[in-house]
Amino acid sequence: MSVTKGYSAVSRTLHWTMALLLISMLFLGLSMVQSLAVWQVEAVALHKSFGFLALVLVIIRLINKALSTKPELPNELPAIQRLAASVIHCGLYIAMLLMPLSGWLMQNADGRVVHVFGLFTVPNLVEADIKYFALFRELHGIIAWLFLAMIFMHISAALYHGLIKQDGVMSAMLTGKK
Amino acid sequence: MTKDKHGSDGGSLIVRKFLLVASIASFATATLYFAGAFNGDTVTAQRFVDLQQGDKPHLGFRRAHAKGMCVSGHFESTGELASYSTAAIFAQGHTEFLGRFSIAGNNPTAPDLKAPVRSFAFVVNPATSQEWRVAMNTPPVMAVATPDAFFQQLQALSPDPITKQRDPEKIKAFFKAHPESKAFNDWKAAYVPTNSFAAERYHSINAFYLHNEQGEKQAVRWQAVPHDDYRELAELDKTSADALQKQLAQQLKSQSVKFDLLFTLANNSDDENNPTIPWPMTRKTVNAGTLVITDWRPQAQGKCGEQNFDPLVLPAGMSATADPILRARGAAYAQSYRRRATEKLLYGQSTNSQGEPNVSN
Ligand code: HEM
Ligand code: HEM
Repeated sequence: MSVTKGYSAVSRTLHWTMALLLISMLFLGLSMVQSLAVWQVEAVALHKSFGFLALVLVIIRLINKALSTKPELPNELPAIQRLAASVIHCGLYIAMLLMPLSGWLMQNADGRVVHVFGLFTVPNLVEADIKYFALFRELHGIIAWLFLAMIFMHISAALYHGLIKQDGVMSAMLTGKK
Repeated sequence: MTKDKHGSDGGSLIVRKFLLVASIASFATATLYFAGAFNGDTVTAQRFVDLQQGDKPHLGFRRAHAKGMCVSGHFESTGELASYSTAAIFAQGHTEFLGRFSIAGNNPTAPDLKAPVRSFAFVVNPATSQEWRVAMNTPPVMAVATPDAFFQQLQALSPDPITKQRDPEKIKAFFKAHPESKAFNDWKAAYVPTNSFAAERYHSINAFYLHNEQGEKQAVRWQAVPHDDYRELAELDKTSADALQKQLAQQLKSQSVKFDLLFTLANNSDDENNPTIPWPMTRKTVNAGTLVITDWRPQAQGKCGEQNFDPLVLPAGMSATADPILRARGAAYAQSYRRRATEKLLYGQSTNSQGEPNVSN
């Protein structure tokens, strides 16, 4: 009996940690840009720190991905669904990279240094410039909504496999078994 | 290990379908919730800036304090505040600054002399951990203590969209409902505008904390106090819409313009989180140093036009109090900055130097 492996423990840990982190970051981002509450100032500071952490994690994740073999999708899955899955996965990785990068660049273009958890500051990547600020600020907002839309599709598909089809696609990421 | 993958839990398919729909719906609802779809008439940064900009926004300009001019110079520190704060600017020595004088309001061509409030903003050590952005106004206190009440104040003061007139009844009712505005209104009644940006006092209004080497913190407010030893004040052309800007430009031709940065230290009986209450004159003050203004540029040509003077950008050695007005300023300034920045990107009209050199900062 050949056991088709799911994702490794490292891959699963990265996936679920980042899922929690990124969804929190998206929700926090959306609310803090509107809020006039006293907590807004600390929220923005935490957003930048955790955003930088997310950048570090996605780099580790991409390295880990390059080093491991991806579990096969079930044979009976139609080609169009396979294609959809890989397009969305690719899009999710791009968004995971562009969100923190646009945030960082936006801050530098506004002439601000980025502090990470009060421990250190990251290098400035661009000179202060209002047009660059506009570009990166709008990208940060637009990519956030594309990211949310892709996460929505990703969650829907994963739950459909996990709850309805029960074909091992979900358990590959949940328990590492198929 | 294999298991029966299809229908092993029998009739529960309906339950699983329900779970699927419920989970997806929850995610979508949470997204809408955080995006503010259900926040009713909460005053958000967007609504605040909508109110400030009015129904015909001036694209590419600040939604508040739209009209101003750039200045530059250096700060000469006395070193006297260094025992209260580790911020680099307070150590004895020189620090370059970029500044901006402005008048309150959303109209970038408003007549200078009609504005009820004049302002002075500056930034030092940009793009470093020692960056400090400051935005000060002529009144020493706010009329109200929360962003919600401030929003209502602006609503009460807004002219009627049809008659273009302010409604004195509405204004009276507002101030009656807000007795905390007394100190502000007393100041307003006594205030006589001077003939120059260079002769006004500008206040931090909000309080901040200073942190020293020993880890002690001290609540402070500060004001920029004009030197009054001018050989003579350049003449004010009261017929010009740009009277104050021209006057200052003229003044700077003959000599630099100076302000002392005077810090007032709170004691235990002062509430640093309430910007409506003046602190007694008997509080200890420290003169941190002198702002020496030596040059100016129109805001379309100087760097100050592109600057967001967000007062929550503080150097190591300073931090924000929990004053709700102060805390609201970050998101509101960011919203105004985002709008004008994006308009610049889309509709061009670079405010960077065109021919004229930039103000150095
Ligand atoms: C995975 C990482 C990140 C995610 C998912 C994320 C998400 C978001 C979202 C959804 C918003 C609201 C956008 C809007 O409503 O238009 C936002 C705003 C913001 N983000 Fe991020 N962000 C991330 C990383 C960062 C980083 C690394 C920084 C800076 C170093 C940053 C700085 C900001 C700032 C300053 C705002 C507020 C902008 C404003 O007030 O106009 N973000 N973020
Ligand atoms: C909740 C309260 C406040 C709100 C919502 C608010 C809102 C704004 C906004 C939207 C801008 C334009 C920002 C930009 O586009 O760069 C602005 C500028 C400014 N504000 Fe406020 N403000 C508040 C309180 C104060 C207070 C208490 C002071 C004075 C101590 C002040 C002084 C200034 C000054 C001087 C500027 C112009 C800075 C410059 O030259 O760019 N504001 N304000």
